[in-house]
Amino acid sequence: MDKFKILVVDDETDFLETILARLKKRKLDATGVTNGEAAVDLLKNQLFDVVLLDVKMPGGMDGIEALREIKRIQPLVEVVLLTGHASIETSIEGMKQGAFDYLLKPMKLEELMSKMAEAFEKKSKHDKKIREAVIKDLTQQHGSTPSGE
Amino acid sequence: MKTSLYTSLQRKIIGITLVVSFAPLIILAVTMYYQFAKTCKNKTEEQIEYRALAQAESVDLFLKERIAILSAMADTHTFNEMIDEENLSNIFNVMNSRAGAFVDLGVIDSAGMQRVYVGPYNLKGLNYYDQPWFADVMSKGVFLSDVYMGFRKLPHFIIAVRRNENNKSWILRATIDPNILEGIVRQAQIGSTGDAYLLSKEGIFQTNPRFKGLILSQSNLNTSLFGRRVTVVELENNEGRKLLYAGSWLKNSKWLLIINQEPAEMMQSLFAVRNVEITIIVFGFLAIIMTTIFTTHLAVSQLQQSDATMQELNAQLVQSDKLAAIGKMAAGVAHEINNPLNVILQKTGWMEDLLEEEDIKKSENLEEFQTSVQKIEEHVERARKVVHNMLGFARKMEPHLENVDINDTINQTITILENYARTNNIEIQADLSGKLPIIASDQAQLQQVFLNLLTNAIDAIGKEGLVEIKSRRLDSRICISIKDDGPGIPAEKQKNVFDPFFTTKETGKGTGLGLSVSYNIIEKMGGKIRLKSQVGKGTIFTVEVPIVAPERK
Repeated sequence: MDKFKILVVDDETDFLETILARLKKRKLDATGVTNGEAAVDLLKNQLFDVVLLDVKMPGGMDGIEALREIKRIQPLVEVVLLTGHASIETSIEGMKQGAFDYLLKPMKLEELMSKMAEAFEKKSKHDKKIREAVIKDLTQQHGSTPSGE
Repeated sequence: MKTSLYTSLQRKIIGITLVVSFAPLIILAVTMYYQFAKTCKNKTEEQIEYRALAQAESVDLFLKERIAILSAMADTHTFNEMIDEENLSNIFNVMNSRAGAFVDLGVIDSAGMQRVYVGPYNLKGLNYYDQPWFADVMSKGVFLSDVYMGFRKLPHFIIAVRRNENNKSWILRATIDPNILEGIVRQAQIGSTGDAYLLSKEGIFQTNPRFKGLILSQSNLNTSLFGRRVTVVELENNEGRKLLYAGSWLKNSKWLLIINQEPAEMMQSLFAVRNVEITIIVFGFLAIIMTTIFTTHLAVSQLQQSDATMQELNAQLVQSDKLAAIGKMAAGVAHEINNPLNVILQKTGWMEDLLEEEDIKKSENLEEFQTSVQKIEEHVERARKVVHNMLGFARKMEPHLENVDINDTINQTITILENYARTNNIEIQADLSGKLPIIASDQAQLQQVFLNLLTNAIDAIGKEGLVEIKSRRLDSRICISIKDDGPGIPAEKQKNVFDPFFTTKETGKGTGLGLSVSYNIIEKMGGKIRLKSQVGKGTIFTVEVPIVAPERK
């Protein structure tokens, strides 16, 4: 899990700072931004494995719009929605847009970690499949098996 | 107020229905009665008219026969034959045996002297020259007198015919018995009130009437009222009773035959019809009145019932409007509360993380810090559940089923409130049954209910008092009662306590949602929540939860 990169997007800086500190204390590579636009900009330059995205953010881009944009830039990234508003409609909309799952605020760090672990697992399985497909592709092209590492 | 409205509506309907039903019935009855009465009267008049005419013809015939016989005798015998007494007696006998009604017979010469007489009186030798009728018969040839007393001082009338023989005139005169004439006339009288008699032109009785008056007395009937042939008139008699009179003049125009009768007697059939009609109408009225009252009562009571249902529906609608409003509010508030809660929770977590670091570990207050942090987390969790329940309240979320030990839940709730109670000098006594089964229910929701009820109990007491909480099993339910010795809730407010936003607490101290939310939670679980309160003595809230066996895993 420590190899994975996490991006947290939340306008509540008190929450953002604390969660980043707690994740870093657990040796996780976590970055934080306070709005959708910043998240999208960052994703254009860096690869992330999991994005924790607040659904309701003031200002230009709300969570669902940000999600759409993130999935467009990095389709393989897993997004976990965070919401203080247990609105089923928004959550369903998020799932339709490709979110991995959603969590209700306030949530304990344990809940968050276990949800992220599920997301990492899915992501790594997915990555592995892609890697295998790529290797298979390359093998077929060059007729030789590449050495493991 | 409401009842009098229904009563007045009922009265109006009954009034209108009765007027509309009665009016045509009465009009019909009256019209029919008058038409029938008119027909009856016409028929009665026709009948009496016909009888008068027929009887007048009978009398005419009688008189004509008598005149004819007398004329025949005079024409077939000479004066000399007539004045032979034995001869005349023979003729008298023949006349009486053939026709009858002759009382006597006499022959009078041109000087007015009665030369011969046959009959019961001794009238031979009387001179009639000065009698008015003598001149009359000498000039006209035939004479019929009115009834008069004459020489014999008995009512009678005469017929006289003149015979011319060798330039000399003589007269054959006969007296007719008025009783026989009366007999013929009387044949026309019918019933117990009917009368029939003859009147002269001057209104003098020519026969004895049946009731008032005697022959030859003056009748008070004005004969000029009666025209030619037959006339029917209705007149009042001396006693003020209405009588129907039919008058028919005889052919000689001397006498008027009168038949009278009380129309009432003739119209017996009309009265019978009228009585039947009245009976039908009375019964009809009674039937209409009873039916109207019955059906109106039925309709109005049904209206009242449907109004009540409507009112109940309206109340439910108002209630659901209130709930929708709370729902909207809850949804808005939830986000705003959950975010700070999230920050608190994360900060607490961070503090926990930091407490694990070395230098603080040596601190003697480490344990206190850790307990405090745990308590904060517990209460954030409680607040989170309350907010989620508010959302659940708005969205009617189904309870989340888990294995619940009611007593545990109660104890946890008491722990949460212990400090609050203690600072107010309030003791919480728990009397929990050891025989309660584990049930499938929603612990968080149940806890919220107990929390609400206990908080209310403590707040109701204020300072110093006792709150008792009891749990018992009752058949297929678990009963939890929470009793306080506070001031109690007035009866008029008791029905509102479960309404959203209803609160007896000071402004700012209660949202008015606690009991409403609790009520909804328990209802959804299929349970009941009840209230018993007496001002000055305190309040008992009883929660009944159905025992639902947990699934075996």
